[in-house]
Amino acid sequence: MLSAAQLEEYIRQGLACDYIKVLGDDGTHFEAVIVSPAFTGKSMVQQHQLVYGALGDRMRAEIHALSMKTYSPQKWVEINQ
Amino acid sequence: MDTQAKIKETVTSNPVVLYMKGNPKFPQCGFSNLATQILDACQAKYVTVDVLQDQGIREGIKQFANWPTIPQLYIKGEFVGGSDIMRAMYESGELQTMLNATK
Repeated sequence: MLSAAQLEEYIRQGLACDYIKVLGDDGTHFEAVIVSPAFTGKSMVQQHQLVYGALGDRMRAEIHALSMKTYSPQKWVEINQ
Repeated sequence: MDTQAKIKETVTSNPVVLYMKGNPKFPQCGFSNLATQILDACQAKYVTVDVLQDQGIREGIKQFANWPTIPQLYIKGEFVGGSDIMRAMYESGELQTMLNATK
């Protein structure tokens, strides 16, 4: 069964993250918060596509649902102020 | 007509289209349910396509937007996002503005 920690590692392997937290313990439904410099200047659709791209075929095979919030490092600072 | 052309025609001939699992009365997935609730809260007029009724569309729509999950929202032929993005754009008011522009 896929764990949140494994999924976190899969994303990290394909995408440089300043911060990442993945939650979910049923093996198929996950929630993630991801902060990456690669998101800077990108639309939300493009940001999510980068994460999906990092996961590749795993998104089809292993992961039923991944709900995510994505932030550029600058945006992350702003929302945490 | 091939699947990609069919999707293109659907999203360009209807101002607001939601590809979902099930239908607004009987959504078959929590994320699809959330998507219809958001559109209803915006008082949007929209058509839905149930991807569970057509395996070709179900796979084809993922290629169409380079987006591996359902639901998918299209406004005026443009892919807007899945349920996470719909929720964020609903909360910011951006989605309401986009939907108002289709009326």
